[in-house]
Amino acid sequence: MSTNLQSEPALHVEELHKSFGDIKVLKGVSLTAKKHDVISIIGSSGSGKSTFLRCMNLLEFPNAGRIRVHGEQLDLSQGVEQGNSKNRQNQIERIRSRLGMVFQSFNLWSHMSVLENVMLGPCTVLKRNRDSVEVQAKALLSRVGMLEKCHMYPDHLSGGQKQRVAIARALAMEPDVMLFDEPTSALDPELVNEVLLVIRELAEEGRTMIMVTHEMRFARDVSSHVVYLHQGKIEEQGPPEQLFNAPQSEHLQRFLSTQY
Amino acid sequence: MIEVLIDYWPKLLDGMSMTLKLTFISVVIAGLLSLPLAILRRSKNKAFQWPIRLFVSFFRGTPLLAQLFLIYYGSGQFREELTDLGVWWFFRDPFYCALFTFALNSTAYQLEILRGGLQAVPYGEIEAGVALGMPRTLLYRKIILPHTYRIALPALGNEIILMLKGSAIASVITLLDVMGHTRRVFSQTFDISVYFWAALIYLMITTLFVFAWRLLEKRLTRHMCYPVNSKLPAPKALNTPKETCHVN
Repeated sequence: MSTNLQSEPALHVEELHKSFGDIKVLKGVSLTAKKHDVISIIGSSGSGKSTFLRCMNLLEFPNAGRIRVHGEQLDLSQGVEQGNSKNRQNQIERIRSRLGMVFQSFNLWSHMSVLENVMLGPCTVLKRNRDSVEVQAKALLSRVGMLEKCHMYPDHLSGGQKQRVAIARALAMEPDVMLFDEPTSALDPELVNEVLLVIRELAEEGRTMIMVTHEMRFARDVSSHVVYLHQGKIEEQGPPEQLFNAPQSEHLQRFLSTQY
Repeated sequence: MIEVLIDYWPKLLDGMSMTLKLTFISVVIAGLLSLPLAILRRSKNKAFQWPIRLFVSFFRGTPLLAQLFLIYYGSGQFREELTDLGVWWFFRDPFYCALFTFALNSTAYQLEILRGGLQAVPYGEIEAGVALGMPRTLLYRKIILPHTYRIALPALGNEIILMLKGSAIASVITLLDVMGHTRRVFSQTFDISVYFWAALIYLMITTLFVFAWRLLEKRLTRHMCYPVNSKLPAPKALNTPKETCHVN
């Protein structure tokens, strides 16, 4: 089993389809993240990149497709109705707990201190011992440079600080894959760097990550693989040098020319 | 003016305990009933939604006095049936009838308050819990309900005060609460100032209640206050710790 999991990709999604009403947002998108991959998803707004990311941990329920996390297969073709059975609900929750999500708008729990924010998931979902979680949470907070603020509430922090705490909160679950949904888009320009620095460190230590981003320079620097999404389909993908230096598709060429 | 108080204060005190008992018990029952009902009211299932909507519009749309008469005098019409059901002992007692009416009435109001509170919980914070793989019960316990009650707290305090004053209506079905005793004393002495003392008793209870409720609010919303001991500068005008809270 363990050798099996070693060769197993960390996250594999296949042929995801998602519509909101009549609007088809995703029209069959597939992606495989091997261990230590850093994948950036780029594209203009409305291309479906955020929806794609949110479908991976089922914050949006895909209409069809398959998701495989940590060797566990989730078949989505049976639709949402069957998602109500207890077994399936447990499976969905298990899969979510293995994918760490970082949101554009941080979404820290405003009634809990920084430390409680980081500790809640491991203590409740993973039912780990409080003392050991606290040690780990403090170590994570010190890594993102937020340890001295650990007893403050989110309302007293800047956007960049909040996002760093949110990253620590996701890391505390020891996820297989980290998902970043435009982690710096809601930040003031001077706060963007402190967050990117943290994400870059995570990439360098070999974490598997998938991020939706508008920071082209950053995506080019840290990614091992870049995916360009256009109108709900992957139009082009490849290593960052290839995509940024020699884009093939006309849409990507036009998109990149507006970014610099 | 003071004589009536000197002569009859044990009666008024007795009435006060009845008023407090009526209000407290009905508000607590309503508090327990309103949360599950508010959650069901928000479910997409129409079979849950509609009966609750009907219940709420009846109890909010009709006078408390009418509801009390309906239950106290109305139940007399069904004495035989109620006896058969073995609940006549409950409906023949004015205290239970008042309690029953007040509890249902307050449930309707508290339910609507909580519904608003549930609706106002920041969606992103719920989503953050979902993304961590939290099951529903955990989401409610750790994220949704703490927010809901903080949002609903001022309105709930208001509802409790309204219930306290509304409980004076119980005096018309022979219950001797503050108002009941006051009416009785007045009919014996014709000293109108007894109503003044009654008003003062209500005022005293509400004042104490408001004070206690505000302490509770401050305690539960301390995450929204300026941190008193931190390096963040608190605005000049709000420098004293007592005034550093947004919520007042």
